[in-house]
Amino acid sequence: MTVQDTSAPTETVRLDRVKPARRLRGRQLWLAALAGLVLLSLVRVITNANDITSTGTLGATIALGMPIALAGLGGLWSERSGVVNIGLEGMMILGTFFGADFAYFTHSPWMGVVGGIVGGFIGGIVHAVATVTFGVDQIVSGVAITILATGLARYLAGVFFTGQPGGGPTQSPSIPQFTQLRVPALDSFFGRIENHHWFLISDIAGLLRGLVTTLTPFTIVMALLFPLTWFLLWRTAFGLQLRSCGENPTAAETLGVGVYSRKYVAVIVSGILAGLGGAFLADFAGIYREGQTGGRGFIGLAAMIFGNWRPGGLVAGAGLFGYTDAVQSRGGAKSVHALLLLVAIIVLLVGLYALWRRRLATGSLAVVIAILVFIWYLLTKDVPIELVTYTPQIITLLVLALATQRLRPPAADGIPWRKGQGA
Amino acid sequence: MRDRLNRLALNIVAALLAALFAGAVTSLILWLRGDSPSFVISQMWHYGTQPSSEVTILNSATVYYLSALAVAIGFRMNLFNIGVDGQYRLAAMLAGAFGGAVALPNGLHQIAIIVVAMLVGASWAGLVAVLKVTRGVSEVISSIMLNFIATGLIAYLMRPTILGHRSGANDITTEPIPKSGQVPGVNLISSAGTKVYGLIFLAIGMGVLFHIVVNHTRFGFDLRATGRSSSAAQTSGVSVKKMIVITLLLSGAMAGLVGMPALLGDSHSYSSITFQTGLGFTGIAIALLGRNNPVGIAFAAVLWAFLDQSAQILDINNIPKEIVQITQGVVVLSVVIAYELVRRAALARQQRRVGRALAAPAPGMEGAPA
Amino acid sequence: MPAVELHGITKRFPGVVANHDIDIVVQRGHVHAIVGENGAGKSTLMKTLYGMHKPDEGTIVVNGKQVSFSSPADAIAAGIGMVHQHFMLADNLTVLENIVLGSEPTHAGVLDVRTARAKINEISAAYGLDIDPNELVETLGVGARQRVEICKVLYRGARILILDEPTAVLVPQEVDELFANLRELKSEGLTVLFISHKLDEVLAVADEITVIRRGTTVRTVLPKEVTAHQLAELMVGSELPVPELRESTVTDIAELTVEDLTVRSQDGRAVVDDVSFVIHKGEIVGLAGVEGNGQAELVEAIMGLRAAESGRVLLGDRDISRWQTRQRRERGMAYIPEDRQRNGLLLEAPLWENRILGHQTQRPNVRGFWIDGAGAKKDTRRLVAEFDVRTPGVDVEAASLSGGNQQKFIVGREMSGAPSLLIASHPTRGVDVGAQAAIWDHLRNARAAGLAVLLISADLDELIGMSDTLRVILRGRLVGEVDPRTVTPEQLGAAMTGAAAAEEKAS
Repeated sequence: MTVQDTSAPTETVRLDRVKPARRLRGRQLWLAALAGLVLLSLVRVITNANDITSTGTLGATIALGMPIALAGLGGLWSERSGVVNIGLEGMMILGTFFGADFAYFTHSPWMGVVGGIVGGFIGGIVHAVATVTFGVDQIVSGVAITILATGLARYLAGVFFTGQPGGGPTQSPSIPQFTQLRVPALDSFFGRIENHHWFLISDIAGLLRGLVTTLTPFTIVMALLFPLTWFLLWRTAFGLQLRSCGENPTAAETLGVGVYSRKYVAVIVSGILAGLGGAFLADFAGIYREGQTGGRGFIGLAAMIFGNWRPGGLVAGAGLFGYTDAVQSRGGAKSVHALLLLVAIIVLLVGLYALWRRRLATGSLAVVIAILVFIWYLLTKDVPIELVTYTPQIITLLVLALATQRLRPPAADGIPWRKGQGA
Repeated sequence: MRDRLNRLALNIVAALLAALFAGAVTSLILWLRGDSPSFVISQMWHYGTQPSSEVTILNSATVYYLSALAVAIGFRMNLFNIGVDGQYRLAAMLAGAFGGAVALPNGLHQIAIIVVAMLVGASWAGLVAVLKVTRGVSEVISSIMLNFIATGLIAYLMRPTILGHRSGANDITTEPIPKSGQVPGVNLISSAGTKVYGLIFLAIGMGVLFHIVVNHTRFGFDLRATGRSSSAAQTSGVSVKKMIVITLLLSGAMAGLVGMPALLGDSHSYSSITFQTGLGFTGIAIALLGRNNPVGIAFAAVLWAFLDQSAQILDINNIPKEIVQITQGVVVLSVVIAYELVRRAALARQQRRVGRALAAPAPGMEGAPA
Repeated sequence: MPAVELHGITKRFPGVVANHDIDIVVQRGHVHAIVGENGAGKSTLMKTLYGMHKPDEGTIVVNGKQVSFSSPADAIAAGIGMVHQHFMLADNLTVLENIVLGSEPTHAGVLDVRTARAKINEISAAYGLDIDPNELVETLGVGARQRVEICKVLYRGARILILDEPTAVLVPQEVDELFANLRELKSEGLTVLFISHKLDEVLAVADEITVIRRGTTVRTVLPKEVTAHQLAELMVGSELPVPELRESTVTDIAELTVEDLTVRSQDGRAVVDDVSFVIHKGEIVGLAGVEGNGQAELVEAIMGLRAAESGRVLLGDRDISRWQTRQRRERGMAYIPEDRQRNGLLLEAPLWENRILGHQTQRPNVRGFWIDGAGAKKDTRRLVAEFDVRTPGVDVEAASLSGGNQQKFIVGREMSGAPSLLIASHPTRGVDVGAQAAIWDHLRNARAAGLAVLLISADLDELIGMSDTLRVILRGRLVGEVDPRTVTPEQLGAAMTGAAAAEEKAS
């Protein structure tokens, strides 16, 4: 998103060196993941909420996080080329409908994947025409596409699913799903360890057991899209050109780069990825249902912002949201209550780090939040179940409030650009 | 002045062309399924112009109008308050609970309920403002998240142990608002047998107020200036942060009104099941359609409500009534494209006119249209 | 065979004919200068040659072959490269990425970074460009950015280089370095098209000079045949206006006092570092400095647009350090911002609304809470007449005016309401000589009437000529005061880059 602090005064060229924003490198990411796991394990042992690292939770994290991550990846493609895509939600809706529709009528889950691509493509190309060719405000176009997609899915569902067993304007009949790939031997081995509830070891076993029991071919193929995106955007000539359109399209134009075509590709790919996220949702649920996306397109966008417009960070963000969603939907109020402790610890660490770096505002805000959450944890036995459902959204707000100022969006993100109009 | 009139005419033409285009797309889709577009249109027109439909249309339009005004306040400053949806639902729920809980004399009671609704709406929008101004969080994302959180919060507060009140077997509502807090309907269309929301006049008043404040006051000037260029506004002495906070508070307060016509004029209590949701998003569409202008929005609101109501007849004829949602979606998308094209055409035209009027020895590109 | 021939080029934009009947022949291996005042149509012409838009009429011949470019890619393929006046660089990409963009060496689509780096290092060494391919562009200063731009062009194997106002942001020493680079290019047989409005530079470096005036070619001359005087005559039909002040009007009443002002950027650097100075009534204080040395931040802090960490700002004898921008404006501070389109105007609003901007709380624009449209329009008509803003009316949108007229409008607006202090950031940047002369006149008159002025400019002649006192800012600190009556641009340039201080230490 670009709608940044609009009041920032002019920035001019500097003589002094500016420290470029620090990036988390591979090893640091692994270390962070390990530290997170230790923390989680610790919280599990303290609170006795065993479900927060169970196999089932991991499976649900992947299932719930993947659509968010795919939407976020769609956002990444689009915004790296300079087009904000708030229509991801609408494109996802089209993906759920077309995914379910194709899968149901062809009796093949793989055709559901194709359906997701088709649905996302439709949404993507509309957004590209509106924003790239006609230069319409990108947020306006995105909102309009979401409105249109909602209506279109509803109409088409009425046309195609009415009269099918259990189908109608608001839902499809049940559709064929991908089956999970299981490795039975490892399943029982890890299962035994997990059931001991040892500190850290059982947690890791739970994770590994999740990997050998819950993945589907669809999940694996989709997971490959993330390294593939990184490779395409950061290691190829095409990727450099695409990113240059998001940083300074006029500069790209003056070097003969076809800015419109790059943006078109980016926005259409963006739509396809969101559509795949929708198809994934429908496949996981085994049915198309109206409102199934539940704002995951928007959360995907938040995951992308959280990940600082990079694939690795985006996966971490989506994982976070998927995880909280998994915990709330499986363990409910008790597990979320345990998470309060985790949140308190993490926010406290973030706050102390910020204070150490002398970023007083962020630091003190974080510490205050941490203390409040901790008090909440101590004073209650569970969290209101109605609010628990919206844990990912609340976490999104919390994360953005603490992290937004450290982020670096593409410089020309969100700015309508027209050929021959640059300086 | 001539430019203004020209542009107004161009905008109207653009809107009509967009509507035609949406009609064409809709017809195509109907035709693909084997339905006759002309039959659908005549059915809808016939049903939509019956007196009872007209009352429903006016009632819906009233609500849509308030929602679109709330969105438009933000839009005029380039702020996207996508959170109107959560703001109005939370406001309606809390105002409903408040109205059912207090006993006040007629007149005061209604006003108190409305004020509570505005305060709630403003506070929920205020969260967006605080996050944006102090933490730099985009209002688009935060207001979307707050919509979801509002849903959770409402469900929580509607627990019978908190503010809920069991009415009937399945439905939980807030305590009904007594007569003293209700706003009776008005008999605008006598042959209909049903009445139009009394608060339609509140909506009209808000439109007038919107126009006056935005176009004729210092505050309105600052608001429009910030919307056109926040950097120039800041340089001119506008405190952009302060404007963001005030504008979002006003937008949220206006959003608080959205639920009032139905709450005070019809249901008299807030229900998780039957109270209308999604009006905030409709408001965005209508604000876009009406170019954030109080008169344009009024036309757009009536058009939208007409499509909604007249489509009800289609199901009887075995045509999915959701077809109008496609019409509505296409019209919004094509209208924003059309407005953008008009904006460019008008600017080029004015530049030509300026060039001609000065008949200047041609200034070069560095100096020319910027 | 000439490298480039342009015949009968005409280019129209809505409302203006930017170029008409342009005829230029550029010999191979020459530095060919194209001179003309701001707004004469030089940049339009070069964009035509570079394929950024198509001419409406006329032919372009490159190396004897007639060409028709539909995009810069075509021009690049024909061996033409362009260094733009506003650098075309992506800050968040590395030097290497910026250079190879659009002509990437690849292995099966994968970027071949090693080959690219080797080639850039080779070019850098061959022409003495001194650039590091791995650096992020955002960390580079102005001079380095320009060298990256030149490297970009050479990387593509361009044999014909277009340099659009390359010296505008450089200090004299950097200009000399640039000219050394140009001579080196020439000796390799490259052709250079050099766009400028600075006549002495043109005379120093060009083999041939073509003068453009009001969108068309006036004459092509050899530098040894003409004087700067004659060139000016050809360029504007009269003598160039001279920035100069006559008798001193400086009083001893302090209007603006800045004491120990420090401003930090978000990452904690002191971008304005312990700055103190005074401007008296009737005095113009010039602030010299290479772009990006804290001028912008200093000005923003004085106007209340940016928070200062410590120090005080006094207007007259009132401490205004904690005042809002609006309050400062109400008490007589006026501001001509550097970027008029971004900070000075509402481009899509009519002129009379732009008249209100910055004076939203003052008559004749408002009455109490109400906008007084009639009052504002009436005063806008006065302003348009008094400051010679060429417009058919006050309902016209600001975007429809030419840059010079926009600037005159802003100057007029800021002078309205009898300000006591004016901050003028690059007040004549990019405007034609008529507007330039007018703006200088207004500054002189207001100074005579007791206005205190802080003048910031990249044009050293303007700075020296129009200042009573000259201060030099370097890395956020005021490093010296020079006497504008005796200093030369070269000396000032040396002070701005810190070279002077270094020399003093050495001797």
